[in-house]
Amino acid sequence: MSYAKLTRDEIAKRIAQDIPEGAYVNLGIGMPTLVGNHLPKDREIFLHSENGILGMGPAPAAGEEDGDLINAGKEPVTLLTGGAYFHHTDSFAMMRGGHLDIAVLGAFQVSVSGDLANWHSGGDAIPAVGGAMDLAVGAKSVWVMMEHLTKSGESKIVPRCTYPLTGIGVVKRLYTDLAVIDVTPRGLAASRLISGLSFDELQRLTGVPLLPSGARAAA
Amino acid sequence: MGESGEGLGREGGLSSGMIDKIVPSLEAALADVSDGSTILVGGFGGAGVPEELIDALIAQGAKDLTIVNNNAGNGEVGVAALLNAGRVRKIVCSYPRLADGYVFERLYRAGKVELELVPQGTLSERMRAAGAGIGAFYTPTAYGTDLAKGKETRVIEGKGHVLEYPIRGDVALVKAERGDRWGNLVYRKSARNFGPTMASAAKCTIAQVYETVELGGLDPECIVTPGIFVTRVVKVPRKGGSWTPAASVTRGISGRAAGTGR
Repeated sequence: MSYAKLTRDEIAKRIAQDIPEGAYVNLGIGMPTLVGNHLPKDREIFLHSENGILGMGPAPAAGEEDGDLINAGKEPVTLLTGGAYFHHTDSFAMMRGGHLDIAVLGAFQVSVSGDLANWHSGGDAIPAVGGAMDLAVGAKSVWVMMEHLTKSGESKIVPRCTYPLTGIGVVKRLYTDLAVIDVTPRGLAASRLISGLSFDELQRLTGVPLLPSGARAAA
Repeated sequence: MGESGEGLGREGGLSSGMIDKIVPSLEAALADVSDGSTILVGGFGGAGVPEELIDALIAQGAKDLTIVNNNAGNGEVGVAALLNAGRVRKIVCSYPRLADGYVFERLYRAGKVELELVPQGTLSERMRAAGAGIGAFYTPTAYGTDLAKGKETRVIEGKGHVLEYPIRGDVALVKAERGDRWGNLVYRKSARNFGPTMASAAKCTIAQVYETVELGGLDPECIVTPGIFVTRVVKVPRKGGSWTPAASVTRGISGRAAGTGR
């Protein structure tokens, strides 16, 4: 069988469609930021930015950028009508105090028990953590958005993370370019496999045992 | 710091007369910063960075400094300029890896600056604790990770926590939008970031503002930092021009950090 992996935008679209109305959501910088472009227009969803914004809107038109209004990735953004500014300690109280419904984060690796490694590639890279560890332990649900395999074809879903940990047992769900995988007490449950991908093939590509779950939907 | 207010947290001493925390120049604002100080510097990326105060600190000459900031400078301005001038012994931050953070990277790799890496919320909360008189606190952030190594831990309600201590500043350098002679401050948009927390956490808080207003010129319902947390206010000219990619701290980190870092 042949299949086409989801593009990053297609993964982002899947995630966006799963975010319910009224959710308070933090999108990690990089790949998860794409989710913001696909939020259903008929739902009110509150985007939080750790540098003190709730109700964050899309990028401004060219020429309308304001250096005092940026997102966590330091890119210019806008504020929706009804949005609010606040200081960093309040912002992290939202993140650490369990007030955010969903954090969508990227990852280097996720373990079978939901351990997350996403802040440091190890080696001699300059270590930098930002708000990753705060979101990992503080959000009600941590969803990971990542490619299923590394560039060299190894599974990013692993028995045990070899990259430095961000948080232990924190990931609830993974959205990859091949499937959606829920971290459950019974193990990793795969669903929504992309069109043309069999469960057996997904299992072959994945570093840990998977449980089939739910209907296999096309992308 | 010389505290001419002698415990009153202001410059006027016991004599009567108008309290005026507004000082005439950046030089006057920073005159008594000592070598070896811990300096809390506001800003997140390019927003809220008190660049004029940092430049004046370089001119003032204090050295052997510990700098607390979210980042570690970019290009050759702000904290990077301070690093480049050889004034920084140690930096406490959450995200030093920036695409053009080459000044920090060079000094760090050469062993010329020490790095204490702190999760961003813990960094902010440690300063809040200092400002609020909290001796230490437990947080689940970083439990079981490399950043908790060597720290006391405790399981509370079934969840692992890490013991964290306050970060107190000798000086805080904060950028606000508007201030009055009592030191009340308001900020602008996401440039607020660490300002209010840092203002509370230092022995001497110096705020640069674009506008000074008469008492009553700030709506008391909307004052973000009450003057009790502010030692001096100095007005600086507003810079022209709007946002440019070069003026902002570049992101450039998403590819390397799997889209998670800050």
